[in-house]
Amino acid sequence: MGAGHAHRLYRHGHSPVHRLPPHTKLAAVFAFVVVVVSTPREAMWAFGLYAVLLGVVAYVARVPSGFLLKRLLIEVPFVAFAVLLPFVAQGERVDVLGLSLSVNGLWGAWNVLAKGTLGVAASVLLAATTELRELLLGLQRLKLPPLLVQIASFMIRYGDVITDEMRRMKIARESRGFEASGIRHWGVLAKSAGALFIRSYERGERVHLAMLSRGYAGTMPVIDEVTATRAQWSSALALPCTALVVCLLGWTL
Amino acid sequence: MDPVTPSLDVAGLAFAYPDGHQALFGVDLRIERGERVALLGPNGAGKTTLVLHLNGILTGGAGTVKVAGLPVGKQHMAEIRRRVGIVFQDPDDQLFMPTVREDVAFGPAAAGMKGPELEARVRKALEQVGMAEFAERPPHHLSFGQRRRVAVATVLAMEPEILVLDEPSSNLDPASRRELADILRSLDVTVLMVTHDLPYALELCPRSVILSEGAITADGATAELLSDDELMRAHRLELPFGFDPRSVSAPTR
Repeated sequence: MGAGHAHRLYRHGHSPVHRLPPHTKLAAVFAFVVVVVSTPREAMWAFGLYAVLLGVVAYVARVPSGFLLKRLLIEVPFVAFAVLLPFVAQGERVDVLGLSLSVNGLWGAWNVLAKGTLGVAASVLLAATTELRELLLGLQRLKLPPLLVQIASFMIRYGDVITDEMRRMKIARESRGFEASGIRHWGVLAKSAGALFIRSYERGERVHLAMLSRGYAGTMPVIDEVTATRAQWSSALALPCTALVVCLLGWTL
Repeated sequence: MDPVTPSLDVAGLAFAYPDGHQALFGVDLRIERGERVALLGPNGAGKTTLVLHLNGILTGGAGTVKVAGLPVGKQHMAEIRRRVGIVFQDPDDQLFMPTVREDVAFGPAAAGMKGPELEARVRKALEQVGMAEFAERPPHHLSFGQRRRVAVATVLAMEPEILVLDEPSSNLDPASRRELADILRSLDVTVLMVTHDLPYALELCPRSVILSEGAITADGATAELLSDDELMRAHRLELPFGFDPRSVSAPTR
């Protein structure tokens, strides 16, 4: 599908992971994340094993580590507060490099950081091996409400169109000597946002008209049916199943 | 089908919008099978209103619309929308699916077609407009002319009785304009073309009708209408600078 034009999270390839049907991958990633989150935080070795598992998946999918690590940066703003936990949490304290840190806080920070990173890494791998379009087909197959799938699919289709419209409005503003430099200009920006909303709304009406003209009656026709064989299901679910074994060991050991 | 049944038969069509603005005052228009007719008229003449009546998006006024003998009405709306293929002015409104192939498949799939039959229909429609190799592309990565051609394909895939084009030449560069003209000429389908582009009407349509203030005020050979200076002036229709309809040989089909 549209090689070279795909979303930048996607990495074109023909690996066994790329070839798996989208809904099996979605189910596998979801199950993996659930397993990781339910692992006790004290079992540090378990998280190491999870990371190794994801490393194996990345290797099979031929996703280079640099690509993966760079996209992991997205989690930085979300885990930033985890760094604060050791300083603000209550309870028993230890001295590390002259800083007095809370033991509870340290465990909390580790918990958020490890589980968050593993979850984001799994999602980045999913996005790198599955096209947006396929993800939608997968969600549809997993019986997500069709209305939600339709909304997501229109977002993908019209995201660029609306960004383009926004860019043109910005150029038009600037061509008439406007530059947003302070709070006094927020009014103008707010009006532009309002105009953009109305334009998009009207486009929505025209699109709806075009859909009706081609026989739309409330439901999207199924054009591509995605199916998975037993073998494809078992190779996709190998990841969460192995993780589950690790998790159970983590609870018992 | 009986060869004397016209593709389109509009009789006494009148319509007022809910806000009281009356757009159509008794339109009569008959288009035979295989004809190519241009619908000319100044802005605000009711052209779009008329078009939206042809497939039953707007209803409720006086008069009747028949498509290949079938009256437009609630009971067979699906069949009417299959028979009347409207190509809207902005291809971004018309192409709402994530890939070209899915967009072209939308109409036939909504009518219940699937599998290899659907694939064959999509391929044929894309070949008719010369866009077969772009099937897997997302529409927003195509040039404007290509998008317009795909928009035509989305409608051709429904094998319509009549193709209705709203301003088909707008925003096209001269090469795309000529390519679209070649495609339209090669199709064996009745065409109603709404346009301001008078040379384009002359090039493609042997017959033209002028819609002015909600009624058909002239109906005849395109070359004759365009050569009637008084008629043209009376309806705010102007030829481009230096263009003389008498100096070109119009197709008579």
